[in-house]
Amino acid sequence: MSRRVRSGLFLVAAVVFGSLFIWGLLGLPAFGDYQGPYGIVLEDVAVEERAGVNIVVSTTFDYRGFDTLGEEYILFAAALGAVVLLRQQRGEQKDEEEEQDHPADRQRRDTSDALRLLGLGLVGPLVVLGIYVIVHGALTPGGGFQGGIVLASAFVLVHVAGRYLILKRVRPMPLVEITEAGGAAGFVLIGLGGLIAGSTFLFNFLPLGEPGTLLSAGMIPLLNISVGLEVAGAVVLLFSEFLEQWLLRGRGGDA
Amino acid sequence: MSFLPYAVAAWLLLIGLYGVVTSRHLVHLIVCLTVVQSSSYVLLLAIGYRTGAEAPIYKDIPPETPVVDPVVQALTLTDVVVEATVATLLLALAVQAQKRFGTVDPDEIATLKG
Repeated sequence: MSRRVRSGLFLVAAVVFGSLFIWGLLGLPAFGDYQGPYGIVLEDVAVEERAGVNIVVSTTFDYRGFDTLGEEYILFAAALGAVVLLRQQRGEQKDEEEEQDHPADRQRRDTSDALRLLGLGLVGPLVVLGIYVIVHGALTPGGGFQGGIVLASAFVLVHVAGRYLILKRVRPMPLVEITEAGGAAGFVLIGLGGLIAGSTFLFNFLPLGEPGTLLSAGMIPLLNISVGLEVAGAVVLLFSEFLEQWLLRGRGGDA
Repeated sequence: MSFLPYAVAAWLLLIGLYGVVTSRHLVHLIVCLTVVQSSSYVLLLAIGYRTGAEAPIYKDIPPETPVVDPVVQALTLTDVVVEATVATLLLALAVQAQKRFGTVDPDEIATLKG
């Protein structure tokens, strides 16, 4: 199909689809006047029932906790899939890799001292911020998913600021993999704790505590930590796999 | 004016699809796909909005304050995670395509096949 035919076809389809879509949207409640029953119920009961002041996190990790388990495993499976896809490639070039004495050093871009200094200075604060966002999930905007990304970005910053070889030293792959797997398993184990406590899966078996304090909301902070570890592990893993690919491609001399 | 957020969602969806259809580079195509997906965030958050309401965090606000819907916000979080995973896998496939076909132009890949 030529580019012109495809564009024409898309134009027709877009007009038809767009009109139907907008027609459908017109049936939605007017903007700013949503009356969803679940949201209203949760707003009324969540603080009292779960002692977590952040209703979004209470919803994600408790009322809808089972879905979040699935969500976490979507990420786990995707990271696994990407690693498998990219690892095959690396195997093909293994011999070539060993011939080069310092391939990673050659690929290093020249970073300015200012960038290096700023980047390295930001790594510490980013790690602290990531941990803060994860453990305060039940109190402030944030939670395991967001905090995990912040944590992972600290590792990315090490690469931006420094050399690939330094990154290789600070991200021992077994540790990253264990972090990811441990985070994923942690969610299930915490959920099983509910069964051991004599109730349902993901039942809150911990004391609720005072709403608004760090040690509140029962096991929601624990679930946040496990998700945070999983996300951080997965993102660092993916980043290093893509970085590895970049180095391999660069070595071929065609990139 | 109250229709505007929904119109933004529709626009993002269509402009993203346009990018996908006319793309000449797989990475560009994947970024366009994330634009398509971002329309669903706008739609979800727009649906859950209540005029004059606070964020659903009862930290420094009285318990009876009206807040925006927390359920759609939690759904948006799921949406973001799904988008990230889809983009990751597609980017990994794009790397594979470059390896196998030596090109990342979707049209050229289509003609090479066979």
